[in-house]
Amino acid sequence: MQNNQTPEYAIETKDLSIHYGSFVAVSNVNIKVERLKITAIIGPSGCGKSTLLRAFNRMNDFVPSSHVTGEILLHGQNLYGKNVDPVQVRRKIGMVFQKPNPFPKSIYENISWGAKINGFKGNMDDLVEQSLRSAALWDEVKDKLKKSAYELSGGQQQRLCIARTIAIQPDIILMDEPASALDPISTLRIEELMQELKKNYTIIIVTHNMQQAARVSDYTAMMMIDDKRSGGVIEFDDTKKIFTRPKDKRTEDYVTGRFG
Amino acid sequence: MIRKTFENEIQQVKDEVLLLGSMVEHAIIGAVEALKKRDLKASEKIIIEDKEVNKKRFAIENQLMILIATQQPMAHDLRLLASTMEIISELERMGDYAKGIANINLLMGEEKLLKPLIDVPRMAEKGVSMLHRALTAFVNEDVEAAHAIPLEDDEVDELYTQVYHELMMFVIQDPKSIERANWLLWVAHNLERVADRVTNICERTIFIATGEFSEIGSSDG
Repeated sequence: MQNNQTPEYAIETKDLSIHYGSFVAVSNVNIKVERLKITAIIGPSGCGKSTLLRAFNRMNDFVPSSHVTGEILLHGQNLYGKNVDPVQVRRKIGMVFQKPNPFPKSIYENISWGAKINGFKGNMDDLVEQSLRSAALWDEVKDKLKKSAYELSGGQQQRLCIARTIAIQPDIILMDEPASALDPISTLRIEELMQELKKNYTIIIVTHNMQQAARVSDYTAMMMIDDKRSGGVIEFDDTKKIFTRPKDKRTEDYVTGRFG
Repeated sequence: MIRKTFENEIQQVKDEVLLLGSMVEHAIIGAVEALKKRDLKASEKIIIEDKEVNKKRFAIENQLMILIATQQPMAHDLRLLASTMEIISELERMGDYAKGIANINLLMGEEKLLKPLIDVPRMAEKGVSMLHRALTAFVNEDVEAAHAIPLEDDEVDELYTQVYHELMMFVIQDPKSIERANWLLWVAHNLERVADRVTNICERTIFIATGEFSEIGSSDG
């Protein structure tokens, strides 16, 4: 386990704590996220799941009082190192949010925009098609690429957002409750899509839906707050173990719905 | 308690399992008793009552499936419900052994028993006692008892060996007794299997409580 940043890990945290001013929101997280796997972060509200997720692509930088101690290593490099450009980090580590948030532009432009900004030199039509295919959306939108993204259903919009993320060709995709605003069928579609995506991308997903975590993920991190109200990872294991025979009593109480 | 409804439903399932268990215990003791007394009517009744055992098993299975579908059990709850599915199937099969013994009695018709039954009722009592305590251990998730009960299977096995040798002696002395000896051997075999299945119930109980699959006892069941 101590073998530093072996290639099978996409990302690794070392004594990672996330502070808001003097408050420690997430404390002392040491996890290794395996490459090309889906890792779920579960835990009750307010335990720091989203805060931890956002630390992975430096989204917390937008909160002025926040700072991070410890390290998050991507290919052995600390994402919070002095010379690291957060924009570059977000290129490598994309994010999909709870509510679909397409740009108020055409379907096509939603994909091409980021690529253009990033200096993409290849064939844009190909990139758009490829990204939409990867997000299992191509067949539904290929005849209306010039239409506004807002004309799509919620589930389609979310897949568009995933396609948009893929277009930048990140290593890792972070998903913060990506299906919580969707109906059950759209949810299952996203879950199926995740299984396809993990062939090429490492996925970290925050979800309140334990059945979803159990269905889609390979590994699960269980988070809980301590008596100082700091969140931490109390158990990190194979998803099958977490949901059938967890080691920690608190995990057991949470996954069986007896927490509190 | 956040999941009071679910807890109550689990308790109800456990109560039903105990009820099914007592039906099976009753059937095993009754089947051997009827054989001992050569009471064909009583055996017929046991065969009819086995249908109730099967019905009860399906009712519990249905209850379990509804709980799994509606409550999405995880961890301990999941192990409990999945294992209970297994346990009720063990119980139903034990009921079938009782029915099998009742059938043998009917098959024997007016034939006399080859010998008065001594060890066979002992096997039944021992097996039923083990079953009863195994179900108590299941309900209480008593890991210690679940480890200890299967060890008693050796006593049942010894009784079975004794019955076997005794019956072989009859056959050697009088080959014409082979059919009647065979009947009784089948009865003893059925009872021996009851104890084996008790071991399976105990293994499930340990799994429910600890999450560990373990093979215990000396049995091959």
